[in-house]
Amino acid sequence: MKKFWAWGALIVGLLYFILPLLGMTNFSLKMRRGVYSFDAYAVVLGDPRFQETFTYSVVMALFTIAFGVLLVVPTAYWVRLKLPGLRPYVEFVTLLPLVIPAIVIVFGYIRLYNTSSWLPLTGSITGTNILLMFGYATLSLPYMYRAVDTGLRSIDITTLTEAAQSLGAGWTTILTRIILPNVLVAVLSGAFLTFAIVIGEFTMAALLNRPAFGPYMQLLGANRAYEPAALAVIAFAITWGCLGLIQLVSRFQKGAQSPV
Amino acid sequence: MSSDSSAASQPTREPFRLPLHWLGAAPFAIFVLLFLIMPTMRIVIGAFQTPDGSFTLDNIRGLFTTSILSAYWISIKISIASALLGCLIGFSVAAAVVLGGLPKWIRGPLLTFSGVASNFAGVPLAFAFLATLGPVGLVSMFLKTQVGIDLRALGFNILSFWGLTITYLFFQIPLMILIITPALDGLKREWREAAQILGATNAQYWRMVAFPILLPSFLGTLALLFANAFGAVATAIALTGSSLSIVPILLFAQIRGDVLGNPHLGYALAFGMIVVTGIANTIYIWLRARSERWLK
Repeated sequence: MKKFWAWGALIVGLLYFILPLLGMTNFSLKMRRGVYSFDAYAVVLGDPRFQETFTYSVVMALFTIAFGVLLVVPTAYWVRLKLPGLRPYVEFVTLLPLVIPAIVIVFGYIRLYNTSSWLPLTGSITGTNILLMFGYATLSLPYMYRAVDTGLRSIDITTLTEAAQSLGAGWTTILTRIILPNVLVAVLSGAFLTFAIVIGEFTMAALLNRPAFGPYMQLLGANRAYEPAALAVIAFAITWGCLGLIQLVSRFQKGAQSPV
Repeated sequence: MSSDSSAASQPTREPFRLPLHWLGAAPFAIFVLLFLIMPTMRIVIGAFQTPDGSFTLDNIRGLFTTSILSAYWISIKISIASALLGCLIGFSVAAAVVLGGLPKWIRGPLLTFSGVASNFAGVPLAFAFLATLGPVGLVSMFLKTQVGIDLRALGFNILSFWGLTITYLFFQIPLMILIITPALDGLKREWREAAQILGATNAQYWRMVAFPILLPSFLGTLALLFANAFGAVATAIALTGSSLSIVPILLFAQIRGDVLGNPHLGYALAFGMIVVTGIANTIYIWLRARSERWLK
């Protein structure tokens, strides 16, 4: 009897998750009347706007990851090594982007960094791109920081640092050649999750008027019927790929937990 | 970051050292200050300012008009409904897998899938549901042609309260599964055995042992899911355009083109969002600390 209910709950749950995935896949294949075809995919992939916005978002994701790693790894390391009393506060701050909605943060950016302010980032295209990257870095901060901090917990950073210092290593050497390789799996987990977040992000890019993949999807959804379903399938595949890669790299190193 | 060039002149005495190790945290502090704290503070302060910068409560008072209050009310209702249903369904699925005696191999794939699904929010999620429950979606068409149920005639519309709630559940349920599974794992077998030895029935064990232990996790996750749904912008915009007036959509339109006709009312609107999600998250953090006492 218990098993019956257990199976029932599982199957109802699965049905709810599988139907939308089936729905979007089915719909994306129906562009040609009467037969299944990949027409919608061909149209989407051949659209120069798709190529531009997708490339833009991929580049933004890579910059965000690079910046995030540069910011988070030294900070998490330093806080654990020298400022352990600060850890709860830093951890609290890194969780704030989960509390403050992204739309509020970007609203603040627009007011704070407009053309008449002391730091007119939104005045130029490069400036806005940089601002958007900082915004993405903020959004991914909770995941990135937690992943790296968990990675650091599993190694003895004090001993490693002292050993490296007694052999004459400077801080840069310690960070790049000792710490980073040891938390690489954690960093990669955070990086893939950041990638998945940035690729589909809509609110910040739309309100900063940048040609990213998220606003493009929304625009296409408002105007077309079958192409959005094809985009949804592609986006789902990307999310799946990123999370799959996290599982894969985590398997290489026990003790490094995936951040999701 | 090496710091003691000043100490070199007096090598014999223990030199006074500036607390330079604090500098290591400076880049992070500056970044967070500039791109997280200050923008948020700008909104909060703006909510209490007149256009020429003096203090006022008029903006906050301005929120208490029918249209804005109803936007908040719909948002809160959708968030509560999707959080409650997400918690209940997510709990049932997690309980089925952890305690229901299902084969062990289901667990890994379920958690992996939950990780993916909880991140599959935003614009594509809206498309997936339009293709499923929209006017010509898979399920709508199947019910209409094969079963003879016309969802539209029954009053169901994907661009409505229930449509949005059902769509939000797609990322709410997996989040619940991800958070509650470790809590269910934490229920020790000894507790059940101890209760049974003392003569407790299964129902008594659940009511008097398991339920009180799980309650903080359950309520905490409820608060977290609530905040999660309340701040969701992209899914709502892609799904409904601007036909459903909820707070994030209203704020989006306000930032784009000042639809309220008063920029500082926009600050107040955003401030209201921070207050609601802030309360929900405070409840989450407080309850999580409580639940961790038992579930080590």
